[in-house]
Amino acid sequence: MEQIIIQTLHGLVNGMVLAMVASGLTLIFGIMDIVNFAHGDLLMLGAFVGASVLGVTGNYWLALVAAAIAVAVLGALLQVTTLRPLIGRDPLTTILATFGISLVLQQYALWQWGPSVRRISEPVPGEFTLFHLQYPWYRIATALLAGLILGGLWLFLKYGKYGIWIRATTQDRVMAQAMGIPVPLVYTAVFAIGSAMAAASGVLFGPFAGVTQTMGFDFTLRAFIVVVVGGMGNLGGSILASIFVSLLEAYAAIVVSPAQAVIVSFVVLVLTMLFRPTGLFVPTPK
Amino acid sequence: MTARPAARPTPPAVGYWIGFTVVGILLVAAPLVLPPFWQRFATEILVWGLLAMSSDILIGYTGMVSFGHSAFFGLGMYGAAAALLTVTPPSLWLAVLYGLVAAGGAAVFVAYFATRLRDIYFAISTLVFSQIFYVIIFTWTEVTGGENGLTFSQPRLAIPGLWSDRFTPATFHWFVLGMVVVSYLLVRRITQSPFGMVLQSIRENEPRTRAIGYHVERYKIVAVMLSGLFAGLAGVLYAIQNKFAAPDFVFFVVSGEVVIFNVMGGMGTLVGPFAGAAFFLLLREGLSRFFTEYYLIPVGIIFTLMVMFVPQGLLGFLRRRLNP
Repeated sequence: MEQIIIQTLHGLVNGMVLAMVASGLTLIFGIMDIVNFAHGDLLMLGAFVGASVLGVTGNYWLALVAAAIAVAVLGALLQVTTLRPLIGRDPLTTILATFGISLVLQQYALWQWGPSVRRISEPVPGEFTLFHLQYPWYRIATALLAGLILGGLWLFLKYGKYGIWIRATTQDRVMAQAMGIPVPLVYTAVFAIGSAMAAASGVLFGPFAGVTQTMGFDFTLRAFIVVVVGGMGNLGGSILASIFVSLLEAYAAIVVSPAQAVIVSFVVLVLTMLFRPTGLFVPTPK
Repeated sequence: MTARPAARPTPPAVGYWIGFTVVGILLVAAPLVLPPFWQRFATEILVWGLLAMSSDILIGYTGMVSFGHSAFFGLGMYGAAAALLTVTPPSLWLAVLYGLVAAGGAAVFVAYFATRLRDIYFAISTLVFSQIFYVIIFTWTEVTGGENGLTFSQPRLAIPGLWSDRFTPATFHWFVLGMVVVSYLLVRRITQSPFGMVLQSIRENEPRTRAIGYHVERYKIVAVMLSGLFAGLAGVLYAIQNKFAAPDFVFFVVSGEVVIFNVMGGMGTLVGPFAGAAFFLLLREGLSRFFTEYYLIPVGIIFTLMVMFVPQGLLGFLRRRLNP
């Protein structure tokens, strides 16, 4: 029983971080039909930038903001140089192009920061006792922060002027262009926002398990799973799906080893694609 | 210059077979003239090219990008390992059989689920299935050796009941070459058969193919299975060459490389993937002298640029250049 409560907490915290990763991916897919294979590597890069800034300044919050801005600028550059020329081509082409970018980013991180694991120290000290287990406060703080950022993103999309531009472009890009919305600029901005979300979640995740240059692939895969389970391009759906999948994995980890628990989310994905390809957490399409 | 118009009227098949024979002779002669390092290199190009060609059945002919070919390749390796470790005396042909059964079985399993999905969803689901196989192989230490994989001794090259001999690098190269040529001719024949035509019509227009009355899913499942079989064969050959099977080869990186080979060489050409594999391995060899282990930075940039500007690959590019 205690174990179940602890795993629930674990699953919720991991789910919130995963939701942040997935929100960037789903935003980019929803608006541009681009499956960004480099998303996890942008996260990894964000975590490394965060760790470096933290090493220099010692301020976690500064590291979080700096990583988000740096990776957002990089994302905008990547979008303008590689993805903008591919607009209108087969969506598979963008998978291949972003896959190439992912290779470059991963090797660049290896070259720049070396193969050793970087630690990001915990921003919030202290632990509290949950039954007999010490549970660190910063995990709770991380989940809350992720929730705040996601809430901010949602408010921005719902009420902000540029948020409305983005949603308008998602619904009908030709009409949006006709109404005077600079669609190419919106594309670049969305890619930058998605990259910033990835980088921020990288810094948030940093204290959990350390930062390595191979962490990206794992996140890319998990974010894909969540985005498909939640319904491609559906922000609320992917947040729910993140928490759902993370909880399932956390419970599965009670029975099998955590490495094997991943299979549970794979199975959820396959079942979703077979029986509800539009996503679990969206209304049934008529 | 004057020869070209004169050569025009000859049917293209003759030119094709001349080219085929020339490349064949060069490859047969390779172990006799090349130094040991490049000899091994040539064999590796053939093995990776075979893997890439198997994926071309899906990418180039059926229009489905598989990001999971490492699973079939890896299961071919483990299948061969199983045959060589459990059956005494180790038999080469049994290793091939076991590898093909393992890879083919996995391919049918994956295909049953994945072929119901299209485009990116197919790509993601093949990727996910290959990761499932990876996790199972990686964590099931008692059977698969876990992270360390399995090592075994090389079987003898044998014609059962008649003759048997130890592999030398040269005979191994010829053995691989023989396998690759047979596979290539088979796949070429398949893609030109009515079955292959249906696959290509699925690539061009799936709803119309369905409307004409073809059972599209069944064709796709068979295509994935064929692709998996040839990928498994490549895995068997690679395992026998290196005398081990390791989980690294089931990991996603191999699948990614397969896609790179296809894009670089030219999708839908069958020969292109071999050219792509050769180009990639040469690029890696050349660049790793300057960039050491970071060779993937320039390779990744070249790959991305090729996706953007030369989407038809090296072979398609050359073909367009030669026959404007």
